[in-house]
Amino acid sequence: MSFIPHTDAERQQMLAAIGVPTIEDLFDVVPSAYRFPSLNLPEPGSEIEIMAELQAMSEANDHAGDFAIFRGAGAYHHFVPSAVNHMLLRGEFYTAYTPYQPEMSQGTLQAIFEFQSMISALTGMDAANASHYDGATSLAEAVTVALEVGRRKRNKIILSPTIHPDYRAVTRTYHQGQNLNIVGDETPASVDDLAAMLDGDTAMLAIAYPTFLGQIENLAGLAEKVHQAGALLVFVANPMALALFKSPGELGADIVVGEGQPLGIPLSYGGPYVGYFACKQEYVRKIAGRIVGETRDSDGKRAYVMTLRPREQDIRRDKATSNICTNQGLMALAATVYLAMMGKHGMRKAAELCYHKAHYAADQIYRLHGFSVDRSKPFFNEFVVRCPRSVTDINAALLERGIIGGYDLGRDYPHLKNHMLLCVTEMNSRYEIDSLVDTLRDLK
Amino acid sequence: MTEPLIYEIGSTGRMGVRLPAPDVPTSPLPDDLLRHELDLPEVGELQAVRHFVNLSQMNHSIDKGFYPLGSCTMKYNPKVNEDAARLPGFAQLHPLTDEDGSQGALALMFQLQEWLAEIAGFSASSLVPAAGAQGELAGILMIRAYHLHHSDAKRTKILVPNSAHGTNPATVTMAGLQVVELPSDADGNVDLVALRAACAEHGDEVAGMMITVPSTLGLFDAGIIEIINVVHACGGLMYMDGANMNSLLGIVKPGQLGFDVMHYNLHKTFSTPHGGGGPGCGAVGVNEKLKPYLPGPVVVIVEDKSNGAHPDDADTLMLDDAPLYRLQMPEQSIGRLKAFWGNFGMHVRAYAYIRMYGTDLREVSRHAVLNANYIRAKLRGVYPMPYDRVCAHEFVIEGHFPGVDSVHALDISKRLMDYGIHPPTNYFPLIVPEALLIEPTETEDKATLDNFIDVMRKIADEAKTDPTLLTSAPHITPVKRLDEVRAAKQLVLCCRPIPEWADTQAGD
Repeated sequence: MSFIPHTDAERQQMLAAIGVPTIEDLFDVVPSAYRFPSLNLPEPGSEIEIMAELQAMSEANDHAGDFAIFRGAGAYHHFVPSAVNHMLLRGEFYTAYTPYQPEMSQGTLQAIFEFQSMISALTGMDAANASHYDGATSLAEAVTVALEVGRRKRNKIILSPTIHPDYRAVTRTYHQGQNLNIVGDETPASVDDLAAMLDGDTAMLAIAYPTFLGQIENLAGLAEKVHQAGALLVFVANPMALALFKSPGELGADIVVGEGQPLGIPLSYGGPYVGYFACKQEYVRKIAGRIVGETRDSDGKRAYVMTLRPREQDIRRDKATSNICTNQGLMALAATVYLAMMGKHGMRKAAELCYHKAHYAADQIYRLHGFSVDRSKPFFNEFVVRCPRSVTDINAALLERGIIGGYDLGRDYPHLKNHMLLCVTEMNSRYEIDSLVDTLRDLK
Repeated sequence: MTEPLIYEIGSTGRMGVRLPAPDVPTSPLPDDLLRHELDLPEVGELQAVRHFVNLSQMNHSIDKGFYPLGSCTMKYNPKVNEDAARLPGFAQLHPLTDEDGSQGALALMFQLQEWLAEIAGFSASSLVPAAGAQGELAGILMIRAYHLHHSDAKRTKILVPNSAHGTNPATVTMAGLQVVELPSDADGNVDLVALRAACAEHGDEVAGMMITVPSTLGLFDAGIIEIINVVHACGGLMYMDGANMNSLLGIVKPGQLGFDVMHYNLHKTFSTPHGGGGPGCGAVGVNEKLKPYLPGPVVVIVEDKSNGAHPDDADTLMLDDAPLYRLQMPEQSIGRLKAFWGNFGMHVRAYAYIRMYGTDLREVSRHAVLNANYIRAKLRGVYPMPYDRVCAHEFVIEGHFPGVDSVHALDISKRLMDYGIHPPTNYFPLIVPEALLIEPTETEDKATLDNFIDVMRKIADEAKTDPTLLTSAPHITPVKRLDEVRAAKQLVLCCRPIPEWADTQAGD
């Protein structure tokens, strides 16, 4: 029991102080018929044995350390400066809890304030919260804000079909008890099609930027139409793309949400990631989740504290609009350290590398017999390829050459059977891209 | 001691990383779509590292000192957990890797599902929920779905004791149901008379009940079996808030008591780090009744093994007889709660922890309860104790003294900081005035507990002899007490853009 430090002598002294003869006596109140059940668990193990076991399990996975990876679809293999992980491994950060006691938590609080600042800058919004669980739940929480802004009188939510399928599913899970009319994503729909669905019952319209298919759509005039209908315009944005493309703020967004994983967080089979949430100043008091604000201490020193607390569940209880307690503290810290290290210039460069490499790959694949690339709209670092046979077949062949291929879009979009979504980042060398193209050429 | 903001330590043009030049021909950028400013920091690597190290040192943490924060289970987070989660085969595994290529991760998740179900006496579990609050939402949505599926749509009320975590009533509202609050009796148990009356009054409208076991007061409810029976008898389902599971490992299995669903907090009970407020994992366990409604996808073993082993991996996990794992949505699932499959990095850490303890897991709860009762016994008579009986893994005292009007629980909390100890949870549970909820956890040794006891006694003396020592505390922290009203009124939530009303001076 390496993490339980008690000696027999100490146990005896403690029991004597309590006034019971054995530890078992402390559990008398538990119904005896159910007390001390057997546990069908393995024998205790040592660190040596367990790391060997976990090592073996980890090696049974096809991961980005061993394979060239061209799969994104909501989780991205980007460069992470070493310093990020070293900061995350500081026990002062990762073994602290929610900063309820600000005098002992200024490190966490100031880091969150810096996170909020960088997210505001990236999105072109006035403010951001301390984060949500992931991009999907950020979108679900945006729906709640839009309903509140619409004074719960507007019940229609328009979601673009090119928002990540999981995000749309999570939004429906969250709101299944609220009798909402969630529309727009049943069949393919253009931005104009979505705008045509706006009416007096619409609380919000959400689009993806870039779309799940990697594209940057023409959004001119959309914000005006949404606002004319009295609804909110919500962007689901990839933060890496925001280093290159116009900010959602410039395009008239009211709320910007998204997945912060591209900002220095490892793939980790889907989590933990971090959902960011930013908005215009006028909606700040309606948003859920932790928010850190600047203040002074009793000596007049600048300091940070959780603020607007009366919105939250522990105070408002059944009147709270969300039950969220925590943020994704450590993952928000990862994004903060990452954005600090990459900075203004590194972020732009990384985004441009993604763009150039993806376009190089798309150009090469476009020339292959049997394949076609959707170049109807500008794209960032993901693009759609129509394949001459099933994506499953193609990916199996790629895997044999040490390549993890694209995402099979037919899984979510029936009209995109035999279409794959390829992702290229700054981590993919020209050699890897050429190998991908060469392998595809043989598969026509 | 203040640390400048990261934006205040940069210089125009400075970079913290070097990125390679493009190794492919570049493509023209679409000018009309580009942004022209990007207001991010401009700092070097050393500056950034020093900045974040300095920030870290302004935190209290488990690695630094005692952290008896009730209801949060601030136990030691074994370092091996961190190494395990960072193994390249886990950390660099894409969530949409074909299932054949992620058998190791799926095997780990499957085993963890099984262990969690076993530990709490359930038939199945789902690792999807990202936090306790999300586990609660999952549980209440499952209860709702169960009634709807059984054409029982009028069951819309959830009973919640007044000692509950705030997340419980907030969850009920979020799920579109209504809260019926129940009082506690003088011993801190659910008032059984009131419970029976509520069940009689709401009868076939009762969807279920949420209850924390042991309660948020740190007490095991002596009437728990009766409570479960009463609610089941009127057709409701029982939800257990598993926040306090650290006192029940190998002591009692909630599923055997009759609970239908509960959430685990892997970041409390199973030692995954709190991370300054997340990430966590709020896995849920259920009995047969609710199994079809679990949030998904969950990991299952499928019979068909024809596409199984990679020949290369035969020497590790993928032996020819290894089961074949797949992700699957349960048939009546309430749906997805987050993208992909949950906080996998937390699953790895909890797996490592449970695997290390194995059948010794019972020792965790035995010692958590021993430690709490030891402090309780030693502080008896020093602080008012509203429920003076054997406690579970935590207990509540009142942070005030007769005749000393100026001293409150908050002052005791702040004074503890001067002794290098994180305060207990204060002002919760709401039903105890000036509450201080103390949870030592099993990983603290007797010397640490004795020091805490001494400090608490000293503070009790100070309260009577020199109360301003408490009301002006803390004295040695990086900052003193904060003006929280100013924070909420001025609302400076970022320094980019700098709000026009912000006063940006550090004021040091």
